[in-house]
Amino acid sequence: MHNKSIAELSQGLASGDFSSIELTRAYLERIETHNAGLNALISVTAEEAMAAAQLADQTRQAGNAGPLTGVPLVYKDIFCTDGVKTSCGSKILDNFIAPYDATVVAKCKTAGMPMLGKANMDEFAMGSSNETSFYGPVKNPWDTETVPGGSSGGSAALVAARLTPIATGTDTGGSIRQPAALCGITGLKPTYGRVSRYGMVAFASSLDQAGPMARSAEDAAWLLNVMAGFDEHDSTSVEREVPDYTAHLNTDLQGLKIGLPKEYFGEGLDAEVGRVVDAAIRQYQQMGAELMEISLPNSHLSVPTYYVVAPAECSSNLSRFDGVRFGYRCEDPQDLEDLYKRSRGEGFGAEVKRRIMIGTYALSAGYYDAYYLKAQQLRQLISDDFKRAFEKVDVIMGPTAPDVAFKLGAKASDPVSMYLSDIYTIATNLAGLPGMSIPAGFVAGNKGDMPVGLQIIGNYFDESRLLNVAHQFQLSTNWHQRVPEGFE
Amino acid sequence: MSLGKEDIEKIAHLARLGINDADVPGYVRNLSDILGLVEQMSAVETSGVTPMAHPLDARQRLRADEVTEINQREQLQANAPQVEAGLFLVPQVIE
Repeated sequence: MHNKSIAELSQGLASGDFSSIELTRAYLERIETHNAGLNALISVTAEEAMAAAQLADQTRQAGNAGPLTGVPLVYKDIFCTDGVKTSCGSKILDNFIAPYDATVVAKCKTAGMPMLGKANMDEFAMGSSNETSFYGPVKNPWDTETVPGGSSGGSAALVAARLTPIATGTDTGGSIRQPAALCGITGLKPTYGRVSRYGMVAFASSLDQAGPMARSAEDAAWLLNVMAGFDEHDSTSVEREVPDYTAHLNTDLQGLKIGLPKEYFGEGLDAEVGRVVDAAIRQYQQMGAELMEISLPNSHLSVPTYYVVAPAECSSNLSRFDGVRFGYRCEDPQDLEDLYKRSRGEGFGAEVKRRIMIGTYALSAGYYDAYYLKAQQLRQLISDDFKRAFEKVDVIMGPTAPDVAFKLGAKASDPVSMYLSDIYTIATNLAGLPGMSIPAGFVAGNKGDMPVGLQIIGNYFDESRLLNVAHQFQLSTNWHQRVPEGFE
Repeated sequence: MSLGKEDIEKIAHLARLGINDADVPGYVRNLSDILGLVEQMSAVETSGVTPMAHPLDARQRLRADEVTEINQREQLQANAPQVEAGLFLVPQVIE
């Protein structure tokens, strides 16, 4: 049952081959067997899952089932889930029971999808390896001595290990696409504003966007159909009709114009990863696509720009964690300042503190113009590069990450080297564009083959085309069907 | 760009972040490294470039001035560390 696609599960539920109760129980059993070795879940919500599965089966019997009714999923633990712990990977929210559902969660509930649990993640989504989580690192199912990527590393590991059919993730600088690449799954970061941010714990509000993490583009399209849409509770949600993302999966790619930014294939890219990405791109050429070299001349400024914009917004967003209204409070505060400082000092981990401090510095008196304003100007230049490129091409392709999954601990003491893991994904968030990562092939690692991701970037609101381009590749390759050893 | 011990202490105070003395040298090093990375920005001439605050040219939506939230004080305060009579308790502020 655990190797079926979303379409096959939907079909099996509809034809009565199995019930949602049977399906959900089968996944909970797999989680029971395999999660301990991966540490990919912060909470397993077995009771909620079985109750929702029962309800889904009743809905189906009453003739009211939709395509995903009864298909279970996992949420990254950044999404508020009514009555269930929502920790965001942090000690400061370890005792937080969300009093409401995020819009994404409410939509999945309405669609009849049982929640299996809440996925581990880098603390407040700040990290590219899942090592900043208060709950300990997630292990990559392809080699448990390596990281799964981050910040949505728990979601990626769970999908790769077949412990959930599908999961949600969020992406502020690559947090869906980079772990998708490192775990060999398909992840989509939609256009900024496409999916509601309401009830998603905020990190950098002008960059954060939620999306599906799945085994295939087709699966991702099914979940995006549920997740996307206008929400009056999110002031940056876009009022725009949601197409059926499964409708154009089968369009052929004859004449598709693919832009290859020369900056994405230069220094810093691992040679073997580069070869796998090149081979995937040549495959597109054989499928009838046209390749064009393009330039994104300001792309080298993406990481520096991001590390002003994101920390500045994070320092502001995370000021709400004050030990007064919810979350962790220190023991025996002497006075109010002591309460703030120790609650935050003890509640936040090192990476979150670093980013709060960088953001506080960048926004402090006398530095605003040199840092935040300058970064916003560069953000405009980076965005303009993409605008010019999309006048000539339909999609842009390149590597998702410069290397395959690295060893646990390898970059933990050097934040800047960790930040460079997102060198190819960050610009997309700064511009607000949609981007995907799909399995492109494998390279030999220490324990066996390690997956490589191909990144596909689209124009604003062009998710249907991204999914189409990804699906066509997956019809002619089977990289996305490989399962890590021990999880077959 | 490199920061000193005093800079870290000042920034931590502005952010109301308690940090241990033993961790200060690590923050000095890491934050200086990050600012070194960020420093690449200053090499680019940006006069006349409109700062981009938001990815889409979205305008702030307005809604009718109606009551849409119901009172959920008890439910919301269930997560608070210390509450009395519907109020959040903090250490005494005024002598």
